Amino acid sequence: MIIILLQQMLNGLQLGSVYALIALGYTMVYGILRLINFAHGDIFMISCYFGFFAACAFLSNSIPTWLTFIATMMVSMLLTALVSVLIERVAYKPLRYAPKVSAVITALGIGLFLENFTLATLGPTPRGMPALLPNINYRLGALSLSSVQILIIVISIVLMVLLDRVVQKTMTGMAMRAVSYDKPTASLMGVPVDGIISATFAIGSAVAGAGGVLYSLAYPIINPYMGVRIGWWAFIAAVIGGIGNVRGAMLGSYILAFVEVFTPMVLPSSTYRDFVAFTVLLIVLVVRPTGLMGRVTAQKV
Amino acid sequence: MKRMSCVALLIVSACILLSSVCTGANQIVIGVNAELTGGIPVVGRSCKNAAEMAVEEVNKAGGLEVAGTKYTIKLIVEDNEDRPESSAAVAQKLISQNQVLAIIGANASRNAIPPSQICEDAKTPMISPWSTNVKTTQGKKYVFRACMIDDFQGLVCARFAKDHLKAEKAAVLYDVASEYNKGIAEEFKKSFEALGGKVVSFESYTTGDQDFSSQLTRIVQASPKVLFLPNYYSEVPLQIQQARRLGFTGDFLGSDGWGSPEIIKLGGSDMEGQFFSTHYAPDIATPTAQKFIKAYEERYKELPDDVAALTYDSFGMLFQAIKAAGKIDRASLRDALAQITKYEGVTGTMRFEGTGDPVKSAVIIQIKDGKFTYFASVGP
Repeated sequence: MIIILLQQMLNGLQLGSVYALIALGYTMVYGILRLINFAHGDIFMISCYFGFFAACAFLSNSIPTWLTFIATMMVSMLLTALVSVLIERVAYKPLRYAPKVSAVITALGIGLFLENFTLATLGPTPRGMPALLPNINYRLGALSLSSVQILIIVISIVLMVLLDRVVQKTMTGMAMRAVSYDKPTASLMGVPVDGIISATFAIGSAVAGAGGVLYSLAYPIINPYMGVRIGWWAFIAAVIGGIGNVRGAMLGSYILAFVEVFTPMVLPSSTYRDFVAFTVLLIVLVVRPTGLMGRVTAQKV
Repeated sequence: MKRMSCVALLIVSACILLSSVCTGANQIVIGVNAELTGGIPVVGRSCKNAAEMAVEEVNKAGGLEVAGTKYTIKLIVEDNEDRPESSAAVAQKLISQNQVLAIIGANASRNAIPPSQICEDAKTPMISPWSTNVKTTQGKKYVFRACMIDDFQGLVCARFAKDHLKAEKAAVLYDVASEYNKGIAEEFKKSFEALGGKVVSFESYTTGDQDFSSQLTRIVQASPKVLFLPNYYSEVPLQIQQARRLGFTGDFLGSDGWGSPEIIKLGGSDMEGQFFSTHYAPDIATPTAQKFIKAYEERYKELPDDVAALTYDSFGMLFQAIKAAGKIDRASLRDALAQITKYEGVTGTMRFEGTGDPVKSAVIIQIKDGKFTYFASVGP
C-alpha cells in the first residue's frame, strides 16, 4: 500500500509540474490584463510542434544529446514567445479598451485558429516525438522512477522558482506587479505598459514552451488537439490556486494533479476522476471565490 | 441581376436533377456514404478507392448479369464530413434524389447509426463496411454490415488471452467516453470471467488524456498477465510506454482500433510482439484476398487497410445478392442479401443468419519486425 502511495505521489508530482508550467501563463496574463487567455492551451500545443521540428533538425546533425535537448528547449521557448507576442499585438491589443467579453471571445477564436491552422498545414496524423534523452528507468524496490520524470520535476521547480524571483525581485517584475495593480497609474509613473504586457506574454509562453518540450519527452505523441484538455486542466489549476497569483497557480496545479492521481485509489473506479476534480474546484470556489491564494478585489461600479 | 441568378440557379438545379434521375436503361445506381473529410479522412479515402475499384471490375467485364440482361453499375460517392447529421442527409439525398438501389456506408458507427434508420424507413438496403456497434443493425430489416460486431471481438480477445496467452489474470484500460472502446472492454470482461479467468483491474480514462500513470499504477499492483487495451492507435503507444515504465512485464492485447500502421511508427520497439484482433490480415493467404490486394496495390500504390477490404466485400455481397434476386428492386435485393448462405470475401467467408450481422471469423495479428503479421483466425 505504501508503495502505491509513493508511486502515485511521484506520478502526481510529474503531472502537477506540467500543469504548473502551463497554469503560469494563464495566471500571469490574467493578473496583468484581467483576460483569460483561452488560446494558451493551443499555444502549448504549438510549442510541442516547435520542439518536435527543432528536435528533428538537431538530431540529424551529430551534436551531443544533452546539447540537443537544451537547444530544442531554447528554440521552442523562443519561438513560442514570439508567436505569443505576435498574437497579443495583432489580436488582443486593439481590444484593450473594448468590453472584456470581446477579448475573451477573441482568445477562444485564436485557440481555434491555432488548432485548425496546425490541422490544415501539418495534417491530423499524430507525430512521434524523437527520444532526445535516454529514458533510464530506476527501480527502488517496487518503486519505479524514470530519468525523464526526475528531469520534468526538477526543471519545472527550477523554472518556477526563477519566475517567482523575476516577479518579486527584478525591475521588470516590479513593473508587472504595478501594471497588474493599477494600469493608468503605472503608466503615469513612467512604466511602459505595452512593453510590460508583451514581456508578460513572452515569459508566460516561454515557460509553456519549456513545458511543451518536457511534456513531449514524457508523452511522446503530439497532435493538433492535444492542447485542449491540458489547457482546460491548467486553467482550472490556476483558478483553484487563485488566478492572477503566480504562487497560487503552482499550488493549484499540484493540488489538481494529486486529486487526479489519488481519486482512483480511494474510489472504486477511475471513471469518477474528472467528476471529483471538478467537485474540488466547485468547493474551493464556494468557500473562497477568489481561489486559495487570490486576493479579494472590490469591483468598481 | 437577382432574377438572372435565380434563373441560372434553377437551370443548374434542373440539370443536376435531370442528370441524376435520367439513368440509362440498363443501369443500376449504387450510393456510397463515406467520411471523405473530417476527423478520419483515411477511412473515407479507403472506402471510396475500394468502391471505385469494385464497380470498375464489374463494368469492365460488361456489367452485372441479372436474369439474362446485362446492367452497368453507376456509382455516386457522397461525403458525410464525419458528422452524424450530415451522414443522415447524404442517405436521404441518395435515396430520394438519386434513386439508388442500395447504399454502401457509412463506416464509423457514429455516422452509420443515423442513416441506418433512414434506410430502414425508406426500405432501401444499406451495408456498412466498418461499423461494429450493435445499434447499427439492431431491429432493422434493411441494414447489413460486412464486419464483425463489438461483442464478438470482446469474446475473441478474451478467448485468445485465456487459451493462447495462458492468462488467469487480466486487466483492462479503456476510454469510457467512447462507445466503441467501452463496449469491447465490457464484453471482454464478461467473456474472460465466463471462461474462468479473473479481471483484476478494470480502469478507464476519457478521450484526450495522455497521462495514464494513476490507472496503470493500480493495474501493475494487481499483477495481471495480460493488459487489454481496446483503444485507438493514437493512444495505445503512450499507454504501453507508461505501463512498461511503471514496471509491467506481461503481454498487451488490443482490438481493431490498433489496425493502422501508424501505431508502429508511434510506438516503435514497444509494439514488437504484441497481438490484436481485427477483420483481416494483408498477408493472409486466400486466393481471393491476394487477388484483391495485388489489384489494389497496383491501382493506388498502397496496401489496402481493413476499411478498403470490407468495402470491397460489401460490394461483393451486394453484387451476389442482386444476381440472386433476379430482378432490380429494393425489396427483393434485401431478401437476397438476408439469404446469403455463403460469400467468399477478402475478409473471410461469411453468411447471414436472420440478422444484418454476418457470421464470420476474426483475425489475430501480431506485430513482428515492425509489420502486421497474420497469427491466427478465430471462428465464430
